[in-house]
Amino acid sequence: MIAPPKPDLVTVNIDGREIAVPKGTNVIEAARLVNVDVPHYCYHPKLTIVGNCRMCLIEMGMPAVDPATKAPIMDPATGKQKINWIPRPQIGCGTNVSPGLHVKTTSPMVKDAREGVMEFLLINHPLDCPICDQAGECKLQEQSTGYGRGYSRFVEQKNVKPKRTQLGPRVTLDDERCILCSRCIRFSKEIAKDDVLGFIDRGSYSTLTCFPGKQLTNNYSLNTVDICPVGALTSTDFRFKMRVWFLKQTNSLDTESSVGANTVVWSREGQIYRITPRRNDEVNDTWMADSGRELFKTLRAADRLTAVKVNGADSGLDLAANAAADLFKAYAGAIAVVGSARSTVEEQFLTKKLAVALNAPTQLVSRVGPGDTLLISADRNPNVRGALVTGLIAALPAQTLPALAASVDAGKTRVIVSVGEDLAAAGLTAAQLAKVAVVYLGTHANATSAVAKVVLPTLAVFEKNGTLVNQQFRLQKFAKAVPAPAGATDDLIVLAKLAAAAGASVPSDLGSLWKLLAAEVPGLGPITYANLPETGLLLDATPFAALPFVEGETLHYKPVAPAVAVATA
Amino acid sequence: MAAPTQRRIIFQHIDEPGYSNDLACYVRHGGYDVLKKAVTRPPAELIDEVKKSGLRGRGGAGFPCGVKWGLVDRKSGKPIYLIVNADESEPGTFKDRYIMHQDPHQLIEGTMISCFANNVKQAYIYIRGEMPHGARILEKAIAEARAAGFVGKNILGTTYSCDIFVHRGAGAYICGEETGLIESLEGKRANPRIKPPYFPAVLGLYQCPTIVNNVETLCHVKHIVEFGGDAFTKIGTPNNTGTRIFCVSGHVQRPGYYEFEAGKITMGQLLHEVCGGPLPGRTFKAVIPGGSSAKILRFGERFKGKRKVGAEMVDYDWGVEDVPMDFDSLGMIGTMGGSGGVIVMDDTVNMVEALANINAFYSHESCGQCTPCREGSLWMKKITTRMVHGQARSEDAALLKSVADQIPGRTICAFGEACSWPTQSFIAKFGDEFKHYPETKKTAKPAGAPELV
Amino acid sequence: MNLKPTTLTQIDEVITHYPTKRSATLPLLHLIQEDVGYIPEGAIEWIATKLELEPINVYEVVTFYPMFRQKPIGRRHIKVCRTLSCALLGGYKTCEQFEKEFNTHRGEVSPDGEVTVDFVECLASCGTAPVVLIDDDLHEKVDCAKAKQLSAQIKAEAKKR
Ligand SMILES: Cc1cc2nc3c(=O)[nH]c(=O)nc-3n(C[C@H](O)[C@H](O)[C@H](O)COP(=O)(O)O)c2cc1C
Ligand code: SF4
Ligand code: SF4
Ligand code: FES
Ligand code: FES
Repeated sequence: MIAPPKPDLVTVNIDGREIAVPKGTNVIEAARLVNVDVPHYCYHPKLTIVGNCRMCLIEMGMPAVDPATKAPIMDPATGKQKINWIPRPQIGCGTNVSPGLHVKTTSPMVKDAREGVMEFLLINHPLDCPICDQAGECKLQEQSTGYGRGYSRFVEQKNVKPKRTQLGPRVTLDDERCILCSRCIRFSKEIAKDDVLGFIDRGSYSTLTCFPGKQLTNNYSLNTVDICPVGALTSTDFRFKMRVWFLKQTNSLDTESSVGANTVVWSREGQIYRITPRRNDEVNDTWMADSGRELFKTLRAADRLTAVKVNGADSGLDLAANAAADLFKAYAGAIAVVGSARSTVEEQFLTKKLAVALNAPTQLVSRVGPGDTLLISADRNPNVRGALVTGLIAALPAQTLPALAASVDAGKTRVIVSVGEDLAAAGLTAAQLAKVAVVYLGTHANATSAVAKVVLPTLAVFEKNGTLVNQQFRLQKFAKAVPAPAGATDDLIVLAKLAAAAGASVPSDLGSLWKLLAAEVPGLGPITYANLPETGLLLDATPFAALPFVEGETLHYKPVAPAVAVATA
Repeated sequence: MAAPTQRRIIFQHIDEPGYSNDLACYVRHGGYDVLKKAVTRPPAELIDEVKKSGLRGRGGAGFPCGVKWGLVDRKSGKPIYLIVNADESEPGTFKDRYIMHQDPHQLIEGTMISCFANNVKQAYIYIRGEMPHGARILEKAIAEARAAGFVGKNILGTTYSCDIFVHRGAGAYICGEETGLIESLEGKRANPRIKPPYFPAVLGLYQCPTIVNNVETLCHVKHIVEFGGDAFTKIGTPNNTGTRIFCVSGHVQRPGYYEFEAGKITMGQLLHEVCGGPLPGRTFKAVIPGGSSAKILRFGERFKGKRKVGAEMVDYDWGVEDVPMDFDSLGMIGTMGGSGGVIVMDDTVNMVEALANINAFYSHESCGQCTPCREGSLWMKKITTRMVHGQARSEDAALLKSVADQIPGRTICAFGEACSWPTQSFIAKFGDEFKHYPETKKTAKPAGAPELV
Repeated sequence: MNLKPTTLTQIDEVITHYPTKRSATLPLLHLIQEDVGYIPEGAIEWIATKLELEPINVYEVVTFYPMFRQKPIGRRHIKVCRTLSCALLGGYKTCEQFEKEFNTHRGEVSPDGEVTVDFVECLASCGTAPVVLIDDDLHEKVDCAKAKQLSAQIKAEAKKR
């Protein structure tokens, strides 16, 4: 791991506390570092600063110097350098630190300014919190308790604006709740690069809208819902389903591609209600794709595998392991393993153990699609790098398995262990599948599970713990959010049982597994699942620098051209 | 004391019989001679003349022009732009209109001198949309000047090139605010920018260094370069050099524009002698001295304090009539010279209704970007309109004041001040009238009282 | 949207005035409104394509500036100044007079289609209040009598057509 360069530090004083912060930090972020909350609406750390809500007003001063000599002017009362306080409040979001900057966030001037802004924001706000989806997450609601006046002096008619506009397939807009902070507009323009939102009309009648006939359809539209500080933008899907304060939050990862966007899974009583992005400045900032938020919807699908099967009949895990052991014995030397680039690092490690025990050749199936240059990369497998790091594979996988098909045709392969891969989709014909005995581990039914001799239902990412290595070679972990359906077993347990059937004894719990991983896999050193930071750790990518990875540029990722052997003259 | 006579420099030819707005007429009157001399001098020298002249901007804020030019980032290597602020939209102001319609070449000459002095690559005249004739006149004048080598490529045979284009606004007051203007010129909503970091002198039009000056200011530059900066300071009074054009409107006998040496005329002289006093049978009640944003003055109130005259501090004790009409004196008594728009109200005017009229203007013109101005301006309008057309409550005065107090100093641009100062000052000066309005409403209006909202 | 060839020429010319095409948004809107009478449907997309913008960028601008309208108006546009100096000298009465003359209300097209009467904010001619802008022409000191006279003129011109 390479240490980032030390930034230039600037010492500032916030509410009487001195702190050194990197140059270029604004007052809101500097205050955060000393646990001082500067309330704000329009400011978002990943968007341009517009300073329009005026909620972050603070009092600011600079040490006094003699204009002629530049010598500090001392305050005899305190013996310290005098501070020249600016008589009008300044915005914290638009003010960057400078040496000696003094900030007050609780002075009467600041309090008064905040109260004023809060009152102004509320006069034309519908105050329909009891029926608002944002309740519990609404910055307006939160801050009006903190900074508001607590009663209304507004006796005039409120402005009337459109309610319940469908901005796109997934986002609903209530213009009366909008506080015109322009976060959603800036996100669409600056991050999603889909400039469809804007304000029309003027003054207090300004109204957020999509251009008539256009829609907010891009695959990042739900980020606008995440960043809307009030309940103006809501997820059409999540709308009114559940109060957020009832929901449990679990850190997870978006497994759609090798980007590995960090996420939070919101669940209650075993049911997932939504997935939102989790900030990781090195990976996804504060964003994620809409498509990644839908992944949980297949958990309870009709084609979910929930019964262990042997020869098509319901069975049990141990019986199935015995059946597999019989196959392994009967066809020793004619067994192949198809591992998965969707498996976790730990699962890939066990897959490798199994393959070694069976002395079976191993391959993975690649999945590619167009990258969107933001948070979906061309590699639609989340963990190709994990398979490289664990040594499950040495070369990049292909989308089909022609060598395996040929081996089946030649009668050299008689048993295939497939870790969630549909062999038909990977190019094996029905005739070829008919010639082999398949041991299938997976979550959902497909052409392969339908013909498999042994079917072992396993878990989806939301139902287990594990780690993945993203395109940057960043090892990241996710945790179990909801219990698995009855009949499905943790992949690690299943793999350990199969390894045992093949004659190898391996652990199936993360604690023991990470001891082994650390010992056996170069570069994983002192890491354990428990001590891995929530935002992950970069692994050494140099051993794989020559591989022609498929990803193009995405947020925080630039492909490195594969190192080509230099011709010597 | 008798009022001084007008000193017409900028308005020398306005409404002069026989004076036309074409190039030939301008040149007959010595036009472009100053530019011809200016381009033979080092640009820095011209900037120095303007600095020495002490010229203060005529757009409203009275910011020293030479200082503004000194702030321009000349090291970035980016092109420098100059924008002529011809938005003239502060209620009560009507001076730039006459310059552009009747003497456009004066503006063009002043602009080209300023461009040459500042090595400007391109100038734009941002003229308000409601002056379509003005835009055409300017375009024609620029074309004439271009053909004659005063504008465009290699002006007057030098290596210096700079063109001027006319850009029309479309009915938004906020385009007068310089950063709103810049956004508008970039083809966007006229949302003023936050400063820092977007100071026009550094990150202005197209993120390049930009000078924004008022029409009248740039006309003054022509005369400064003609007279010399030092000589210019002899006109007017120290720190208030040159002439000022007063645009007088409302309840006086002779409304109109009048040009005087700055600081040499008092409010009383202007309104009574120059403008002929109140309408028959009426008396003056209030005056807004510098465009509708300026704080109102109440006839009968007195201002006391100390002020600097030369090197000495002297006591002053003024009634409204005694106040010299310059930036500093008006600032001293809590209002401002602003754009020179003097709006006079007589005793037929009800102050609640007058404020309701002003509040309607500001709530209509707020760009709506920042919370205090957007919500506050509309709230104040709703209160004052309700007072006039619906139910007036005695507590509304205090509410109005408190709403207004929550705006200035907390907004992105000075519109926050512009929209709250009227309410603050009306309540401060005429608080009783607001408190008693519920009763006043029930009584008959004075004869001739105008409908205001 | 069918623009006159001269409008198209002017459009292409005015774009050259600016280093970025976007700056030509207001000029294009003016030119189209002068040609068509208002900003017709499709104009926003047309401008967006012409200036390499998104339609929302143009739409935001059209709705910000009160001079642009998205619906046709009467043959003549009567804009009466509403702001203080004009109101002090009878601007509201002037406006009512025009409304009466054409049997219409502010913001509407008169029943004969002849005029649209609107209140606008200060026209920078406060010294000759009350002022009225009829199409491109400014009329000064328009009291009720003058409003009547101007209305008669408009009606007479309408008859001639
Ligand atoms: C709300 C607002 C409206 C303004 N309107 C005008 C205007 O119509 N014309 C003008 O020249 N300046 C106007 N200004 C002042 C400009 O922002 C700017 O200060 C001025 O053009 C600078 O020119 P000067 O230094 O020559 O005065 C306005 C300022 C504000 C805050
Ligand atoms: S919808 Fe939400 S994010 Fe968008 S401008 Fe309104 S308050 Fe801000
Ligand atoms: S103060 Fe008013 S006009 Fe200025 S930026 Fe804020 S909302 Fe817009
Ligand atoms: S956070 Fe909105 S102004 Fe600073
Ligand atoms: S108030 Fe009507 S023109 Fe200024």
